[in-house]
Amino acid sequence: MSIVQALSPEIWTAVRLTIELAALTTAILLVVGTPVAWWLARSRAWWKEAVAAIVALPLVLPPTVLGFYLLVTLGPSGPGGALAGLWGARTLAFTFEGLVIGSVVYSLPFVVQPIRNAFEAMGDRPLEVAATLRASPARAFWTVAVPLARPGFLTGAVLGFAHTVGEFGVVLMIGGNVPGETKVLSVAIYDFVETLRWREANILAGGMVVFAFAVILAMTLIEKRMRRAGE
Amino acid sequence: MSSRADIEVAFKGQLGGFPLDARFAAPGHGITALFGPSGCGKTSVLRCIAGLQRLNGTCRVGGEIWQDENTFLPPHKRRVGYVFQEASLFPHMSVRSNLLYSSHGKVLPPAEGRVGFDEVIDLLGLEHLMARAPQHLSGGERQRVAIGRALLSQPRLLLMDEPLSALDRQTRDEILPFLERLHEALAIPVLYVTHDLFEVERLADELVLMRAGGVIASGPLGAIQSDTSLPLALQREAAVSLDAVVKGFDEQYGLLKLDVLGAVFLVPGRQRLEAGTRLRLRVGAGDVSIALEKPAATSILNVLPARIRSARTVDEREMILVLGLGEDGAGDGLLARITRRSWDVLGLSEGTAIHAQVKSASLASR
Amino acid sequence: MLMETRVRWGVAGAVMVVCAALAGPAAAGETNVAVAANFTEAAKEIATLFSAETEHQAVLSFGSTGQLYTQITQDAPFEVFLAADDDRPAKAIAEGYGVEGSSFTYAIGKLVLWSSEADLVKDQETLKAGDFQKIAVANPETAPYGTAAVEAMKALGVYDALKNKIVQGNNIAQTYQFVETANAELGFVAKAQLAGNESGSRWEVPGDLYNPIKQDAVLLKKGEANDAARAFVAFLRSPAALAVIEKYGYGVESAN
Repeated sequence: MSIVQALSPEIWTAVRLTIELAALTTAILLVVGTPVAWWLARSRAWWKEAVAAIVALPLVLPPTVLGFYLLVTLGPSGPGGALAGLWGARTLAFTFEGLVIGSVVYSLPFVVQPIRNAFEAMGDRPLEVAATLRASPARAFWTVAVPLARPGFLTGAVLGFAHTVGEFGVVLMIGGNVPGETKVLSVAIYDFVETLRWREANILAGGMVVFAFAVILAMTLIEKRMRRAGE
Repeated sequence: MSSRADIEVAFKGQLGGFPLDARFAAPGHGITALFGPSGCGKTSVLRCIAGLQRLNGTCRVGGEIWQDENTFLPPHKRRVGYVFQEASLFPHMSVRSNLLYSSHGKVLPPAEGRVGFDEVIDLLGLEHLMARAPQHLSGGERQRVAIGRALLSQPRLLLMDEPLSALDRQTRDEILPFLERLHEALAIPVLYVTHDLFEVERLADELVLMRAGGVIASGPLGAIQSDTSLPLALQREAAVSLDAVVKGFDEQYGLLKLDVLGAVFLVPGRQRLEAGTRLRLRVGAGDVSIALEKPAATSILNVLPARIRSARTVDEREMILVLGLGEDGAGDGLLARITRRSWDVLGLSEGTAIHAQVKSASLASR
Repeated sequence: MLMETRVRWGVAGAVMVVCAALAGPAAAGETNVAVAANFTEAAKEIATLFSAETEHQAVLSFGSTGQLYTQITQDAPFEVFLAADDDRPAKAIAEGYGVEGSSFTYAIGKLVLWSSEADLVKDQETLKAGDFQKIAVANPETAPYGTAAVEAMKALGVYDALKNKIVQGNNIAQTYQFVETANAELGFVAKAQLAGNESGSRWEVPGDLYNPIKQDAVLLKKGEANDAARAFVAFLRSPAALAVIEKYGYGVESAN
């Protein structure tokens, strides 16, 4: 019996959902995280490290803390509830959209940090050169800063994606385990373990280990190649 | 027509640990060197002119106001070319893309008053490098590309921040001729920051002397070099740079005949040069001695009539003299370092007609 | 003089150390107890009474029943297991981790339909009307309160109608959180969770709508030879312990 047959449609739904969630989260994070990273790398504001610390909070906070605050924020008495009210719902919790918001918050440092590092490593000089060659700040950003920070973007995207796939605590706390909507892979694995369905748990958990290994290995190799190309 | 006031710069403010108060004017052509010890604020002045750094002050270039009390043009709106100490080529672009960055990748058709693409390629010898990545260039090649890139941004003013100091001596000697050719071929004024007197003597037309955040003198190179009230002329390696024109070549002895104002020099030349070629001659103060009578028999090639314009005591042993070439002393100036004893024994004074014996004069092609 | 003082203190110290060493194991035995999370508060109170009464100490570890059970199968040092269901203790005995015949029901969970809004929950009509967007239920696959909630909804004939409004808490604590933060308007929680809480509106689900939520305890093989472990299991049935259990909103088995 092949693995494909061994896994029920329920599991495939979870796999698809997880990939959708991770892809969308990563896309949003690149859009949202890039200006944040840029600001953190370039600003001289004295309070920027405070902002950096806030962005980094999810690295340290237990997912349960984050999950709890998200539950309150997404709920009827928070801004999430107000937003959901626009289409007649009362909460963003238990929805795919809510999960995306949670994942964006949770994975933010994993995307912002590498991009910020890349912008910082680049230094002022390339941008100064671009400016003295008549490039507007916007053009300098797109034609010089972004290409030079490419390894940072790649690392950020891969880490953001992988971390969203692996995220568990937050999803568990705001997801409500709704199949096809919020029941992602990590939660499915947890349920299998809890209900002593260890065969399924093993297949999925093993898959995750292989996935994580492949991601880290690929990233290391790509970074190495880029660095060599950059020299 | 360009005038002395084509470039006017005045900046004042606190820079890191020291106050900067720099004010000078430079002509709208030729190379103006900003010379002074490391850390005296030369680079900061350059960065302020480019708008990369902001201090209070004014900056006018060729009639455009780049900065005054009410104006501060951002760097990308200033028609400036900037060559940094390190070439700083964009590593993700080919040489060609680097060169064409300012024109968005397009080769602009030749036009009046525009620096031509082919001209720059030719001048800097970049033809064979075009497809290469910056990583695969030598240090000298990179700096040549950086210079070309800055020129192709069609600057009204070219700023060069110690462009040779990161290079080894051999590479520097490889680039200097390119810079000299630029000077000849293009009408763009250059502000050239350096702490190396050798580069000043070889390249500069004008000189701005800086020290500890301020300008202590500025003017034509020769005038500053031979101003004994300035520290330059008192240095042991003091020298003057003379602009010379080739008059002829002595095939038999391999000697070039060079015209300067008020004298003709004979200088060993490696190759035959066209009459009319312009050269720069460096004459060190220590290589010039004084004779009251024209010596009858001497191995020294250049014994030139001159007059003492001024003299200043350096210390208890030595004096520095400024000589004017020619019987009437109205020609180019030379520096001569002699002992006080000689001054007294020969009974010299300002205005005395003498013979300057020049032991050696080195050539820099122009 | 100085010498003498030092010797006297030295002797006193030595005597004290020896006394402590002799008295320790005899007077204050220790036992490690694994407790299902929903019983946390009650268990703490019982443990306090236990140590006051018997000089033994109960060291409590809390977790979900499933997690605790997995740990027990992986050689965790637990000697007594207070589960949130009767499956796991039975399984423990069947698989050789529990002591044969030692399991019994120490508490019976009661199911309450609860809302943090004042007038939302009235009785079963609230469920039948279905006038809400989300109803929180503990995961029926893993949490006994979830199983019971599904049974009750099926008994009332509203399960199919409500199915799409159900959001699952991973355990009963999380289910409570969903309701308390009002992300779900109402939900099935444990009565024990509402002990001392008068807020919102509630309906205690009648016991005949679901199978009793039996919470069984079992003495584990690791604790078989430990006086403290056996004493703790016995103490759970003492009137003092039963009073605490009832105070926290659990039922107890009447005939014992």
